[in-house]
Amino acid sequence: MWESPEPKKGYDVIIVGGGGHGLGTAYYLAKEHGIKNIAVIEKGWLGGGNTGRNTTIIRSNYLWNESANLYDHSVKLWENLSEELNFNMMFSQRGVMNLAHNEHDIKEMKRRISANRLNGLDTQWVDTKQIKELVPIMNTENLRYPVLGAAFQPRGGVARHDAVAWGYALRSNEMGVDIIQNCEVKDIKTDNHKVEGVNTSKGFIRANKVAVVASGHTSVLAQTAGVRLPLQSRPLQALVSEPIKPVINTVVMSNAVHAYVSQSDKGELVIGAGTDGYNSFTQRGGYDVIEETVRAIVELYPIFGKMKMLRQWGGIVDICPDASPIISKCEVKGLYFNCGWGTGGFKATPGSANVFAHTVAKDEPHKINEAFNLERFSNGRLIDEHGAAAVAH
Amino acid sequence: MILINCPYCGEREQSEFTNGGEAHVIRPKDPDTLNDKDWGQYVFYRSNPKGIFYERWVHSHGCRKWFNAVRDTSTDTILKIYKLTDNKPDISEFQSSLKSPSGEPAVGSGNFAVKK
Repeated sequence: MWESPEPKKGYDVIIVGGGGHGLGTAYYLAKEHGIKNIAVIEKGWLGGGNTGRNTTIIRSNYLWNESANLYDHSVKLWENLSEELNFNMMFSQRGVMNLAHNEHDIKEMKRRISANRLNGLDTQWVDTKQIKELVPIMNTENLRYPVLGAAFQPRGGVARHDAVAWGYALRSNEMGVDIIQNCEVKDIKTDNHKVEGVNTSKGFIRANKVAVVASGHTSVLAQTAGVRLPLQSRPLQALVSEPIKPVINTVVMSNAVHAYVSQSDKGELVIGAGTDGYNSFTQRGGYDVIEETVRAIVELYPIFGKMKMLRQWGGIVDICPDASPIISKCEVKGLYFNCGWGTGGFKATPGSANVFAHTVAKDEPHKINEAFNLERFSNGRLIDEHGAAAVAH
Repeated sequence: MILINCPYCGEREQSEFTNGGEAHVIRPKDPDTLNDKDWGQYVFYRSNPKGIFYERWVHSHGCRKWFNAVRDTSTDTILKIYKLTDNKPDISEFQSSLKSPSGEPAVGSGNFAVKK
């Protein structure tokens, strides 16, 4: 286990948010950049936010070069993460399938597959016959929006979400990182456009640099430092079923009817729903959103029609206007943001943490996250990934 | 699900409505004189408070009329609904239950850790 020390008076770097991205940032700062006087400050418990609330899907089949580089950097790190952290990530490359239900879907997906292949990714087109072989339980014909084909990325898959937080926590703690849980950062203190530290429920802690990785609450914290971010926070829901025998051995996602599903190692179906249509910080979400997803799931997989659902929950995601993240410094010296992951941040955990640590340590972006800056919302160089983000928002 | 009291039709389920984002965002009077940064602020930046939020709704599956609401985003409690022709209610009319900007309200956040 990692230790739970009382905070020191000051640190070189304070990371706000003890989820996968935050703990990963601490790990890479200590390991690759030699900065070890670090605190990770978490309001609740480790990985209790969106790290523990997502549907654990990993893929990199994004349209634009910038995104493909960033997300595939992450997939490559995932491939060796269990070994690197000596902690079982239960990373399973069982493939990720995005279904096409109409002519437009087919065209959009084939375009994306071509773009992916130019970026060296392993995405490929599979027709209905191949889909039936991969997922025999799927109803492809007798439904309102028939399944016409799919984009398939075999290197995609799932991992154990808690393991990511725990693995990074263990190894960064071994290198001297302080992990402080149940300590809420109330505001970020700045002086003359330079960061001074953070006010927390355990008092003021001084810091040379503050890195905010607080997902849904990032813009709220940014506001306390006088920084405005182009984010909107919304609930995103997921649910799991009772455990059953193995029936589906890949991840199947569908944007058009809005249903995605995979089966966990315990046998539960892990089902992702959409975001609510309004800003909210309640980790709940509306029932109509669940209803819509379950309706689509039952139509796609009639075999699930009488299954019982075990739990449902919500997490607060921070959504950017172009559905791409922000990994950037800002106008306040020593203040960094890794946010805007919206509905798909889990897959990017190692890659995002890796390039964010570089950004914080060197005070300049890594080549991979250069384009994911804040300036793009004034110079217009947006990275529009609404098509590749599987959740409608 | 939230119940929303449409000023024209009465109380209906939220799924009948579509949210229109932040209310009272004013289009800059003279866009030609704005620099890229200010124009970007108008196009892409919206308030995202935890707590009291002024927003727009449209009753899409009803009267299809737009109206404004004041809602506490930490609990989803709707504090006031008013027509587009009404004046913006002052923020001092409403009480926020949050002790810190990122804190949790006493009830209603869905976070069980703070409910005990």
